[in-house]
Amino acid sequence: MAISDDYLKYPKRAHGMDHDRYDWSMIQDRPPLKWPGDAKVAVCVMVALEFFPLDQPAKPFKAPGGMATPYPDLRHYTLRDYGNRIGFYRVIKVLDELGVKPTVAFNSVVAERYPQLVDEVNRRDGEILAYGVDMGKLHHGEMAIEEEAELVRQSVASLRQASGQAVTGWWSPARSESMNTLDLIAAEGIEYVCDWINDDLPYPIRSKNGQIHSMPISHDIDDQTIISGYHQSEDDFVDQVCDAFDIHMADSKTHGGRVFTLTIHPWMSGQPHRIKSLKRALSHVMGTSGVWSATASEILDAFKKQG
Amino acid sequence: MKSDLGFYDFNPYINRPRIKWPNGARIAFWVAPNIEYYELEPPPNPTRQAWARPLPDVQMYSSRDYGNRVGHWRVMEAMDRHGVRGSVSLNVALCDHHPEIIKDCADRGWEFYSHGIYNTRFVFNMDKDQERAMIKDVFDTVKKHTGQTVSGWLSPALTYNEWTLDLLAEAGVQYVCDLFHDDQPQPVNVDNGRLISVPYSLEMNDIIAYNVNQIPPRQYLNQIKACFDQLYKEGAESGTVMCIPLHGYAVGHPHRIAAFEEALEYITGHDDVWVTTGREIAEWYYAHNYDQAVEHLKLVKGA
Repeated sequence: MAISDDYLKYPKRAHGMDHDRYDWSMIQDRPPLKWPGDAKVAVCVMVALEFFPLDQPAKPFKAPGGMATPYPDLRHYTLRDYGNRIGFYRVIKVLDELGVKPTVAFNSVVAERYPQLVDEVNRRDGEILAYGVDMGKLHHGEMAIEEEAELVRQSVASLRQASGQAVTGWWSPARSESMNTLDLIAAEGIEYVCDWINDDLPYPIRSKNGQIHSMPISHDIDDQTIISGYHQSEDDFVDQVCDAFDIHMADSKTHGGRVFTLTIHPWMSGQPHRIKSLKRALSHVMGTSGVWSATASEILDAFKKQG
Repeated sequence: MKSDLGFYDFNPYINRPRIKWPNGARIAFWVAPNIEYYELEPPPNPTRQAWARPLPDVQMYSSRDYGNRVGHWRVMEAMDRHGVRGSVSLNVALCDHHPEIIKDCADRGWEFYSHGIYNTRFVFNMDKDQERAMIKDVFDTVKKHTGQTVSGWLSPALTYNEWTLDLLAEAGVQYVCDLFHDDQPQPVNVDNGRLISVPYSLEMNDIIAYNVNQIPPRQYLNQIKACFDQLYKEGAESGTVMCIPLHGYAVGHPHRIAAFEEALEYITGHDDVWVTTGREIAEWYYAHNYDQAVEHLKLVKGA
């Protein structure tokens, strides 16, 4: 039997996007941005602190990096938790040495279990943003809005309580959203979201509870994407991070200020055999003149002042 | 299901009639940017799910949208710098959603060929009349927005029915990019009219390199150079075709664009390279090689 003729109807085929969350915009048409101190490229290093529970549900899907063997998968559970015990301290040391101001995404469970990590960020004047509850609690299109609202509340309230920070950023575990996520996070006072990987710059995004912004937090050059996802080498990771940065720097000279972000998973880059690669990559970035090391919120504030 | 649909005959890569490209070129080189629109909430097709995750698949949707917001611009500027026109494999709904991109390409004299309506609408489960209606929509839309008559076809998301190529020939499509069996254009067996395949290449396709084979950009560059070197060498005997199919959302990322640009620089830096489009290759082949090829295939079959 043939498919319904509705399959050949296209009700949203019109100028702009096929949804109303953000406006269609080509990067080359936007007014050039300026950063503080006439910097060319704003640099944001995002450290992801994750808790992968042993009882991580398989439905609707598992966040990449999750449990893989039959329960109890001590192997993956402990290797991910390694990032919170050892990896983070190696990573933060590299950031300190290079003068990188950290932006740290916390699964709220990590802050509850390991408050010492929150202290480390706070004493560096780093930013803490909400990264859901844990890597087993995904936001997705098949969940009830009440259930999701509770997850958002739990994550944001817990992190505000633990850190004393305003916590205005949100990143959904596995970048997975429902149709309600943007509305729910805005209702909790969130001002920017890191799930949408469609741009090199911040842009306004709509919610039923007011306008927030999308922040261009990297996915394609992350340590996890390149080394774990693609099985490429540490040298390949360094090459791609440096190449990406160089292009942003080149673009900034003709098209105005750019944003370079790098997301780091301490359970990956914080391994003893990888930490030097992270340092090599970030040394290239921070050793280039015209960079402004800032948190995601600082970059967003500078962006909004120009809008 | 059948074991083979008989779209082409065996044609060994030896003793073929010689292909001579314009001005004695050894190789016809073309670049095919896929300019695509993926829907956030596409209707379901029982044969294939558009997105892996429950809707909305924000990560995948937004990764594709990157091509239109950012990647395409970077690719287009790199191609401008090396004098390469694109042959756009177009989801034609993009004419409606993002006419600004269409204008930028049209202003550069790029070709538009069909990649269906959306990359989230598959031909699976369409009957012939529905598929004909989709093909007509494509022809009408491209004509209306660009003035061009569609010559080429790459089926949306590489989805097919057994009769798809017959319907394309019937509608006036001149060449298809869906067959990966050869490094030279080849006649395609269809019910009515005539059709050829123009080599498009999955191996050189950035999505295959980056998302399937998951290789780093420098290795992709090395593969492109090696592919070119071999086809250039063989092109001294009889003209070959090399295509780089790409996607703004893959090759247009900052960590990948330099490798692509270096590939363009390398290839266009050689003499005797015909830097061209899919349509021009097809037109040349029909005018100079098609009849000879059909005769040759009869001989091969007879032998």
